[in-house]
Amino acid sequence: MKEVELKMKERAKALLESGEVARVVGWKKGDFCFDPSPATFETVDELNEFVYDYFCGANLSKYLIQIAKKEGKTAVFLKPCDTYSFNQLVKEHRIDREKIYVIAVECLAKLDIEKIKAAGVSVVTGVEVVDKDVNVSSPYGNVTLYKPDVVLTKCATCNKTHQVKDEEIILHQRPAREVDRFAEVVKLENMTPDERFAFWREQLSKCIRCNACRNVCPACSCVKCVFDNPNSGIAAKANDDKFEEQLFHVIRAFHVSGRCTDCGECSRVCPQNIPLHLLNRKFIKDIDTNYGEYQAGETSEGKTPLTSYTESDIEPNDAVNGEAK
Amino acid sequence: MQEVTTEKKEFVPNIVAFCCNWCSYAGADLAGSSRLTYPANVKIIRVPCSCRVNPSFVLKAFQQGADGVILCGCHPGDCHYVTGNYYTRRRMALLYSFLNYLGIEKERTRLEWVSAAEGARFSAVMNDFVKTVTDLGENKRLTDLRVKEGE
Repeated sequence: MKEVELKMKERAKALLESGEVARVVGWKKGDFCFDPSPATFETVDELNEFVYDYFCGANLSKYLIQIAKKEGKTAVFLKPCDTYSFNQLVKEHRIDREKIYVIAVECLAKLDIEKIKAAGVSVVTGVEVVDKDVNVSSPYGNVTLYKPDVVLTKCATCNKTHQVKDEEIILHQRPAREVDRFAEVVKLENMTPDERFAFWREQLSKCIRCNACRNVCPACSCVKCVFDNPNSGIAAKANDDKFEEQLFHVIRAFHVSGRCTDCGECSRVCPQNIPLHLLNRKFIKDIDTNYGEYQAGETSEGKTPLTSYTESDIEPNDAVNGEAK
Repeated sequence: MQEVTTEKKEFVPNIVAFCCNWCSYAGADLAGSSRLTYPANVKIIRVPCSCRVNPSFVLKAFQQGADGVILCGCHPGDCHYVTGNYYTRRRMALLYSFLNYLGIEKERTRLEWVSAAEGARFSAVMNDFVKTVTDLGENKRLTDLRVKEGE
């Protein structure tokens, strides 16, 4: 990953120096080794802080909505999953494609600091990845973890490839693999309604309504959001009754259905670790089964499943599946 | 989140029916003028098209204490606005399936196509739906606690 970072830095420097782009969007060093944050770099000096490592899980696409409005061209580094969100935002006319220079970068799965800490390493001072081993250095001794155990949930079932690029910086190819991203959805579907309700009650009652899932979601790009309306009855910040969180999550998930690219950012940022991606994946799975395979963000053109129809669509009463077998 | 429990001697469900102005609403009218009966606890909300029903309307109905929600529109192909009910069909297919996924019994949500000439069908559909929901019992899972307390 170090040599990729060097190449990215070099390229960013060249683009800025030549004046080809006015700014570069990437990741900046954080206070710790595990919290790089998305940042905009406008001068070559600022690039000293540029970083790309195994903790750069953030999806940069949504930042482009605001940044692309500025004068001049913007270069951005996109991982495979980010390119889907990018395409989707171009499709929805939120980003002007002409103003963005996309540099595709390799990903090889990002690490989840929460999972590393849960594995027993309380203080992390550095991380090195060698093949499937994650060597975590800590003042209390070094630990080696198995990589598939500590990658982000979204990376565990990822099989995405770059959908859009103007150039690429890919030094390592990720081996092709078989993944089943709907396994957990199917598990839930096979439960009884009572069990499902118990599961979601437990999960959703943890919600503190911080709105992080909405703020990070590339599909949630409305200028005015219903959840900011104090009269909506669903805008409260505290969980003052049982219904609000459920209604919030149903509306949020429905709002992005057919547009959700399954980038998994919602689950990544949730401070309460609610598996929000399972809500989105249910919609994706239903759309796939009922209306044919559809992956949002594969192209920046065409209709979405909810803005099109066929005369022989399934009837809603028949579409309700997932009861105990 | 907790299940709401209220003591009631005999359970009479609250049913909200969203009816399209151009077909089902007239169908309900025909049922009335043909002297066909349907339960009085079906509360009809007239909408200009079944497509007008935002998924959050359905949720709101449940929040405010509905035990079942039924959506009635023109038969596919007969929409007054040509394509409205096709979109409704996709939307509701996803919403109903999703509510079921969250543990809301699937019998509580329904979509039926009822034309203006089908008064008898309207009455039959409503009778059947009310019976199904009555058998199912009270909606304890989506109702807002505050609404129930205010009763």
